Amino acid sequence: MSLLEIKNLHVSVDNHEILKGINLSVGAGEVHSIMGPNGSGKSTLAQVLARHETYQVTDGDILYNGKSLLDMKPEDAACEGVFMAFQYPVEIPGISNAYFLRSALNAVRKYRGQDEMDAMDFLPMFREKLKLLEMDEKMMNRSVNEGFSGGEKKRNEILQMAILEPKLAILDETDSGLDIDALKVVAKGVNFLRNPERSMIVVTHYQRLLDYIVPDFVHVLMDGRIVRSGGPELALELEDKGYAPIEGEAVTRA
Amino acid sequence: MSTNVDTIRDLAQQEYKWGFVTEIEEERIPKGLNEDIIRLISSKKNEPAFMLEWRLKAFRHWDSLEKAQAEPKWANIKYAPIDYQNITYYSAPKRKPALTSLDEIDPEILRTYEKLGIPLAEQKLLAGVAVDAVFDSVSVATTFKGKLAEMGIIFCSFSEAVKNHPELVQKYLGSVVPYTDNFFAALNAAVFSDGSFVYVPKGVRCPLELSTYFRINAAETGQFERTLIVADEGAYVSYLEGCTAPIRDENQLHAAVVELVALDDAQIKYSTVQNWYPGDKEGKGGIFNFVTKRGKCQGVNSKISWTQVETGSAITWKYPSCILQGDNSVGEFYSVALTNNYQQADTGTKMIHIGKNTRSTVVSKGISAGHGQNTYRGGVKILKGATGARNYTQCDSLLIGDQCGAHTFPYIEVKNSTARMEHEASTSKIGEDQLFYLRQRGLKAEDAVSMIVNGFCKRVFRELPMEFAVEAQKLLSVSLEGSVG
Repeated sequence: MSLLEIKNLHVSVDNHEILKGINLSVGAGEVHSIMGPNGSGKSTLAQVLARHETYQVTDGDILYNGKSLLDMKPEDAACEGVFMAFQYPVEIPGISNAYFLRSALNAVRKYRGQDEMDAMDFLPMFREKLKLLEMDEKMMNRSVNEGFSGGEKKRNEILQMAILEPKLAILDETDSGLDIDALKVVAKGVNFLRNPERSMIVVTHYQRLLDYIVPDFVHVLMDGRIVRSGGPELALELEDKGYAPIEGEAVTRA
Repeated sequence: MSTNVDTIRDLAQQEYKWGFVTEIEEERIPKGLNEDIIRLISSKKNEPAFMLEWRLKAFRHWDSLEKAQAEPKWANIKYAPIDYQNITYYSAPKRKPALTSLDEIDPEILRTYEKLGIPLAEQKLLAGVAVDAVFDSVSVATTFKGKLAEMGIIFCSFSEAVKNHPELVQKYLGSVVPYTDNFFAALNAAVFSDGSFVYVPKGVRCPLELSTYFRINAAETGQFERTLIVADEGAYVSYLEGCTAPIRDENQLHAAVVELVALDDAQIKYSTVQNWYPGDKEGKGGIFNFVTKRGKCQGVNSKISWTQVETGSAITWKYPSCILQGDNSVGEFYSVALTNNYQQADTGTKMIHIGKNTRSTVVSKGISAGHGQNTYRGGVKILKGATGARNYTQCDSLLIGDQCGAHTFPYIEVKNSTARMEHEASTSKIGEDQLFYLRQRGLKAEDAVSMIVNGFCKRVFRELPMEFAVEAQKLLSVSLEGSVG
């Protein structure tokens, strides 16, 4: 059974249809990349998976571990193991990164019937993960994302993923705004977190990220539909020729 | 989107937990206010002549203001006229407790304080808090008096201070807030029934947090307490104040006065967690809180610091202020004010710089939710002689939902060109994106709101004594329940 099964998903915002029947199956441990031009609906798909409530699902279903994600609130989905690395991480002034992450981790642990983790156990683990992402220990006590550079924010997202250990990670344009060095660090972190139990959906506009995070499958999203699927070589083809030829194909087929 | 909004709305509508009434026999005097009532209050308290004289002068002044309809109307608050003749000005638990031992207090009152989580028992010594408890109008218990007396610290009810330390009372009473100060201060001076008195002698650092807990119980009664704290040269004291009241449909008036005096090198830290009954979801009932609090840094190098967390009351009208008279003296004001449902708060501070090199810091955090209206009103005055004065003001507002309001009225008056003034202000709204971010990490919506609000208030909570800070955080999340609409 797939970890994630998206069936004929139709999604609208303010009565404007953005996703027009998405079908996608993600098995345990697989990394899928969703690529597409601006406005194709990539981020919408990511947000719907994370249960953002602005989006109305008008048809279809999303099964996660056999249960409908559509019945879950964002916090329930998170506790069930769905994690999204945000394209634009939000600042929470006055709340330290360490406090925020321990609260989040304990919310998830509590939901799963595990004991809450105290600061004595949490901090060594936190330090370990900071090292993985080559982040300064000062990041523990800084307010969540406040005054962080673009690169620091993205690293902080992957740090959170490393701590919360999700089953399904959705990376929404994680490469945007990163220089090549930061991109390598982020990719290293992501690759370290790849394992046979953890699936990932990597949403990106550019092929560049996929040089470092090599996906098992690549899907091209256009105008709310997946128009082509393939292996990593599809990403290279897109890099070479752009989206225009596929767009032409899609139109011809329609 | 709707789910976030609903959760926050539910959150804001949590019930007031301290709204119970204690069944107890009370002694009260007839309603209304006139010279006979003042004489009656004074005689019930067996006061010396100077107190009665002062009360009568205050009453005559108030009466002239009342006749001239001079009740202050400038604040950004709306309420139906108060009928001052329909209020009972004195109510006391009938079994007047002797103050020698806690055992002699009416067990019903002890149970009330127990319910409220107030440590009245002596064994709480370890908690490091000495408590004076004011029930309706009368102080019922002061703990650790013996322990403090050994160090020469006087911590007792105001009535006792009038009896046992009349010279101190006479010297300082009205020296910071004279009865002519304003309408409500005059009313308080005329009818105040009790309160707390603290005197810390020269060079003594008070080892305990001193604390007063105020409880209004009786119906149709006003509470008018008066607190006077004097820190002699080089003394230090930290004082905490908490307040609650039962749920009642009619509004009740609370008009208190607090005076602080800090002599040379003395320091007073005054912290308040105000949680009077705020009224119901439709804005019915609740306490009208008209309070005058002012500290005088009389001596050189003295310091007065106010920290307040205001979550209760239907109306809050309160401006804890500092008169920085001594050279190099320091005034601080840290405030969190939350208004939910139909609560209104007009609060802030005044920093009056008189001495040289005086410094003041103002940090105000206003949170508005539901239909709440929150106003910051602050005055900074640098007088001619205040060479080298400095002020830093930071004033932030946080809005939850789209039915509430935040207002800011800063007044700055500088008469000495060497002054340095800084003023920062911001207004923000708890965003859907912030909530979604926290919820996506597994936090429930209400925990997410509370985390954002606590982060917003951090700068102020840091100033509270540890125990109080935890209490304040909890109170804030409770007061926010159901707050986003």
